Amino acid sequence: MEYVIEMLNIRKEFPGIVANDDITVQLKKGEIHALLGENGAGKSTLMNVLFGLYQPEKGEIRVNGKKVNITNPNIANDLGIGMVHQHFMLVEPFTVTQNIILGNEPTKKGKIDIKKAEREVQEISDKYGLKVDATARISDITVGMQQRVEILKTLYRGADVLIFDEPTAVLTPQEIHELIEIMQSLIAEGKSIILITHKLKEIMQVCDRCTVIRKGKGIGTVDVADTSVSRLASLMVGRDVVFKTEKKPAEPKETVLKIEKLVVNDSRKISMVKELNLDVRAGEIVGIAGVDGNGQTELVEAITGLRKSESGSIMLKGKNIKNLSPRKVTESGIGHIPQDRHKYGLVLDYPVGENIVLQTYYQKPFSKAAILNYKEIYEKAKEIIEEFDVRTPSEFTKARALSGGNQQKAIIGRELDRSPDLLIAAQPTRGLDVGAIEFIHTRLIEERDKGRAVLLVSFELDEIIDVSDRIAVMFDGKIDAILKPEETNEHELGLLMAGSQVSGAGESNDKE
Amino acid sequence: MTKSNKLFTILIPIISVLLGLIAGAIIMLFSGYNPILGYTALWNGAFGDAFTIGETVRRITPLLLTGLAVAFAFRTGLFNIGAEGQVIVGWLAAVWVGLAVDAPMVIHLPLAILASLAAGALWGFIPGLLKAKLGVHEVIVTIMMNYIALYSVNEIVRSVLTEQETTTDAIAPTASLASEWLQGLTYFSRMHYGIVIALFAAAVMWFIIQRTTAGYELKAVGFNQHASKYAGMNVSKNIILSMVISGAFAGLAGAMEGLGTYGTISIMSGFTNLGFDGIAVALLGANNAFGVVLAAILFGVLKEGAGQMPTGAGVPTELVDIIIALIIFFVASSYIIRWVLLRFKKEGK
Repeated sequence: MEYVIEMLNIRKEFPGIVANDDITVQLKKGEIHALLGENGAGKSTLMNVLFGLYQPEKGEIRVNGKKVNITNPNIANDLGIGMVHQHFMLVEPFTVTQNIILGNEPTKKGKIDIKKAEREVQEISDKYGLKVDATARISDITVGMQQRVEILKTLYRGADVLIFDEPTAVLTPQEIHELIEIMQSLIAEGKSIILITHKLKEIMQVCDRCTVIRKGKGIGTVDVADTSVSRLASLMVGRDVVFKTEKKPAEPKETVLKIEKLVVNDSRKISMVKELNLDVRAGEIVGIAGVDGNGQTELVEAITGLRKSESGSIMLKGKNIKNLSPRKVTESGIGHIPQDRHKYGLVLDYPVGENIVLQTYYQKPFSKAAILNYKEIYEKAKEIIEEFDVRTPSEFTKARALSGGNQQKAIIGRELDRSPDLLIAAQPTRGLDVGAIEFIHTRLIEERDKGRAVLLVSFELDEIIDVSDRIAVMFDGKIDAILKPEETNEHELGLLMAGSQVSGAGESNDKE
Repeated sequence: MTKSNKLFTILIPIISVLLGLIAGAIIMLFSGYNPILGYTALWNGAFGDAFTIGETVRRITPLLLTGLAVAFAFRTGLFNIGAEGQVIVGWLAAVWVGLAVDAPMVIHLPLAILASLAAGALWGFIPGLLKAKLGVHEVIVTIMMNYIALYSVNEIVRSVLTEQETTTDAIAPTASLASEWLQGLTYFSRMHYGIVIALFAAAVMWFIIQRTTAGYELKAVGFNQHASKYAGMNVSKNIILSMVISGAFAGLAGAMEGLGTYGTISIMSGFTNLGFDGIAVALLGANNAFGVVLAAILFGVLKEGAGQMPTGAGVPTELVDIIIALIIFFVASSYIIRWVLLRFKKEGK
């Protein structure tokens, strides 16, 4: 069999760690090859080696059977290797075409020939069914479209091998579906794809083969047709993984959170939450399902005091907490795992220890008469680091240095340690690997079993169905339906999330 | 990693200073001066005898305070370019109280110092308020506040404190920081008790930043406003507080000049440059209280010693300004030094 790309026995060291140890990946022509591994397993390092950003200590790279020496990304480009980055590299005020030709502008008598470029870009877009408007401005198009611009960029530069780095992390279920179609049409046109991911379902859905990396070591390559989700998961993590988190039926008690006719505007003064009603009771997990941008963020911000509500009421255990300051809300018994952990959850330049007391530093025993007591702070931090298995060199390490999963564990530890009556978890597992997801789900259910109310907001339907006791579908600022997870499925939820009323069960996929 | 980072924060300023001095020597050489003679003159100008040492300490005092002012704001994510204006209003306030109030020293001196603190704090409060409430960038407002301070103070000196004179009367001895004892020790230099206050202020800054809940909040807001808001901190309050404290430090620097060195205030044809030099001191001192003390000493020594260079070695004083500029240049381009150091470390392994 002919391989387009071969990375043989690659070893890459950094001071103190071996990021890649004897990894072999062989990409066949016309296949979608998954690169699977936990966060920090070394997937990105390996791809950066292929892309010429790092030089390997050992091993060799072959393109179409010929040994090559890729010392910088330009060489990778010339060899027909293109990368679709997870974080888009686009200039927002520029048009699609301007972004694509950036750094490689076609000129006519010293002037940029934008018309010619637009024609070419549109041609490529049509050829692969990308449906991108070459003249649209980046700031005007959706995230899904922006990603296609990134794909177009690599195609425009003549890539035959496309590397997708966690492409579905930022997409809605519909957009994921369309992306998969695009990938298939790329393959049909003779391209080859490497898909970096830790989402097992996607691999099962689109990939032909899968190479697993665990803690920097190449574990092996398997044919996707001969494997299963649980087999892949245990290869990746190195132990068996429980997918369906074990839980007893909920025993809901008194109402903890009661929201009535809540109206919240966004910063443009447009109503994002429209007369919303919602109850969350002690001892249950209510999952809010919905496509991003239907008011979930504003709802959570309104409850936690980060955003002003226009009208309606938010009652926590019988007390109105509407428009209280975030500190008052926290003190009245709400824990909040924020959607964006880097922006809201942590002060990344503070040590882990000081992040642990982010909301409690002014209370005893962490400070007395406005003087901080570092001994107490770091002792508490140590306790939480141990209890929540936060892997950090020490409590004095800056939060920035931790992996996403461990940052999230630290936040969860901090929020649960205050024993809040209501825990709001917004996208708690975004971007995390199966091991960390499993841990977080178990913790949320434990909190429920301790009799706390949990409000889970997630765009991942699996997570909603798996963890919630009741599912509230949010569409256009309102709760459209409340369902029991055992009585619904992804198909029905997907339709509800898109705003349509369900008329009987269609051809539904079985829910895992 | 943290350990080597700490090492870098210490190594980079030292290497920058050395590079600056070497570059200065090369410039002297090319301009036809003898660098050894030049630096000897500089050394003598700063440490030659008791008098010059006294004068060096006097020069260090306000630089230390403006350095603290800028560093404090920096630590909380704000760039206070307004230390200059805060020095001027602090100077005026201190002298005004020194002239107008009649009280025993235990009341008069603290009152004059407090006045300088309050004036500097007010001058920091305005840009802080505008930043916190309206999002106006503090750099622009503080620069404008510098000019407002300069021209308003000149007008007050000319028309309120004097009758169209250029300099006020000397302040009452009860408000003076001057010390006969220190003057006696240093052959009648203008060294005064201010250095004690300045060193104390450095300790205060360290304490606020490192030990108090206020410092914890201020730093958090500087690092990440969103997370601070999420954690229940009042972001606006902290921005204003930071500028107020920063301004108070700079105002105190004005009191050093008004109550210590000169005992008067004169109409100024231009800025004192104390505030602007404070930016350099803060940068070289890595925005750390102890670092600022060391950086202020270095700058004080260089500036005072420069006075001796034309007579001692025929080297123009401007050369010292070039050296200072080069040191700042090297600190600012610390990335290059860091890179070179890392290279060496790698090869050493």
